[in-house]
Amino acid sequence: MGFAYGLMVIGVYLTFRVLDFPDLTVDGSLPLGAAVSAVAITAGYSPVVSIFMAACAGFIAGAVTGILNTKFKILHLLASILTMIALYSINLRVMGRPNITLLGQDTVVDWFVRVTGLPSYISTPLLFGLICLVTVVLLIWFLHTEIGLAFLATGNNMQMITSQGVNTDTFIICGVGLSNAMAAITGALVAQNQGAADVNMGVGTIVAGLASVIIGETVFGDKTISRALIAALLGSVLYRVAIALALGLKLGSFSITPSDLNLITALLVIVALIMPKIKQKIIAARSK
Amino acid sequence: MISITDITKAFNRGDINEVKALTGVNLQVNDGDFITIIGSNGAGKSTFLNAIAGSFSIDSGRIILNDDDITRWPEYKRAALIGRVFQDPLLGTCAGATIEQNLAMANTRGKRRGLGFGVKSKDRDSFRKKLSVLKLGLEDRLKVHTGLLSGGQRQALTMLMATMVRPRLLLLDEHTAALDPKTGGMILDLTAEIVESQNLTALMVTHNMNQAISMGNRLIMFHRGEIVLDIKGEKKKNLKVEDLLRRFSELRGEEGVSDRMLLC
Repeated sequence: MGFAYGLMVIGVYLTFRVLDFPDLTVDGSLPLGAAVSAVAITAGYSPVVSIFMAACAGFIAGAVTGILNTKFKILHLLASILTMIALYSINLRVMGRPNITLLGQDTVVDWFVRVTGLPSYISTPLLFGLICLVTVVLLIWFLHTEIGLAFLATGNNMQMITSQGVNTDTFIICGVGLSNAMAAITGALVAQNQGAADVNMGVGTIVAGLASVIIGETVFGDKTISRALIAALLGSVLYRVAIALALGLKLGSFSITPSDLNLITALLVIVALIMPKIKQKIIAARSK
Repeated sequence: MISITDITKAFNRGDINEVKALTGVNLQVNDGDFITIIGSNGAGKSTFLNAIAGSFSIDSGRIILNDDDITRWPEYKRAALIGRVFQDPLLGTCAGATIEQNLAMANTRGKRRGLGFGVKSKDRDSFRKKLSVLKLGLEDRLKVHTGLLSGGQRQALTMLMATMVRPRLLLLDEHTAALDPKTGGMILDLTAEIVESQNLTALMVTHNMNQAISMGNRLIMFHRGEIVLDIKGEKKKNLKVEDLLRRFSELRGEEGVSDRMLLC
């Protein structure tokens, strides 16, 4: 689960931390990816092609948010909310109904099980882990190239990088597009894994993404960009583990139900946010 | 050769708060000119520089740099020809990137950026050489994030970055105003040295009369969005602070009200 959502978390990291662009579009682009992939598979396309189509759809969704923000000067948060709610209707149009089941259809997960010959409870995390790893490695390389440096600077000091001759609008549009393409691929993978696409599967994506990014940063650090990217990925795994643990928790007759998840997520983020401050206080107290 | 013809700019046009920042400015800058720009607050000095750099589009007029009519060019495109140093030392460098990454970004100004490594190992030697000129010890700290540097160090780095690829025009907007006098003096010396050695064409806004007189070969004064004084060559060499102060108070007298002026 953690790896399955890893791509989305890395996407959220790109917008939220690198571009300094709080982007809620992912709540809509994740189910968009699932929808496009499910419709493509039922229409007879191969699962891999369907993921590619999902990525393109996600990129377009993100680019729309980027264009609303840069060309029409709509506040980034608002621009992303607008795209997000529009996507809800679009997703219903794409699917034609609230959900599509993929039972009996061939998916990348089935394909990977066949190729490796491993049981699905091992091969599925392996597949998702591999995809995430390749993406992280590619991103680390990309962010060290000439274009990558300009991309980093766009989120850090827009005036500076404009003065160095970079069109920041293009970088924001492509960056938010890329982030949403990753969310859409996540949606496609999750849909193929659980055998269904649902219009409501995106609810809370951004919160889960942010929680993972922040937990990753707090636990694994963000000294360099490479470390921060890996931390975001591991944060995603940690977040899912924490949620799973919380769901298994029983105190006498009281047990946590899935409806408590939002509360738990909020508490997790709060703890992750105040941890560094508590750490500093302890260090300061010790050195006295 | 830069020719600026009759440029105007008003902010909040049609609004009760309309501000006429530039009201028909004409200026011919020859290659190799180093012009200092003075004027009271709100006279239009910074607006003038920003108009040339393309921070906003002007209402009317033309800006021609060498043979290019850059009037309608967006800011990032003009950046290929124009180097800038800002008043705020934090604006010129990227805090989240290392010194060498910042220099690498400046090294690709106006060029096509590709997928090759941003910081190339063959560039490091020339980076070190350039940094050693600053005498700040930055040449041994290539991998340090610029966010950890002081304002003076960052401004010195910005100065270097703005002139790394030789700009057709260098714009300096009160670039020593936010620094302590000693650091400001160091940046000013560096400015003179770089402009001289690369034979740059430069415009420098300053509030310091002594600086305005001692630096450059030409001095212009802004008042209410217009150029009211243009002194060059021999006349500029013989100019004294008192002359400028007299001119300032004349302008103030014409107005009948004394707006606050920063005269140092």
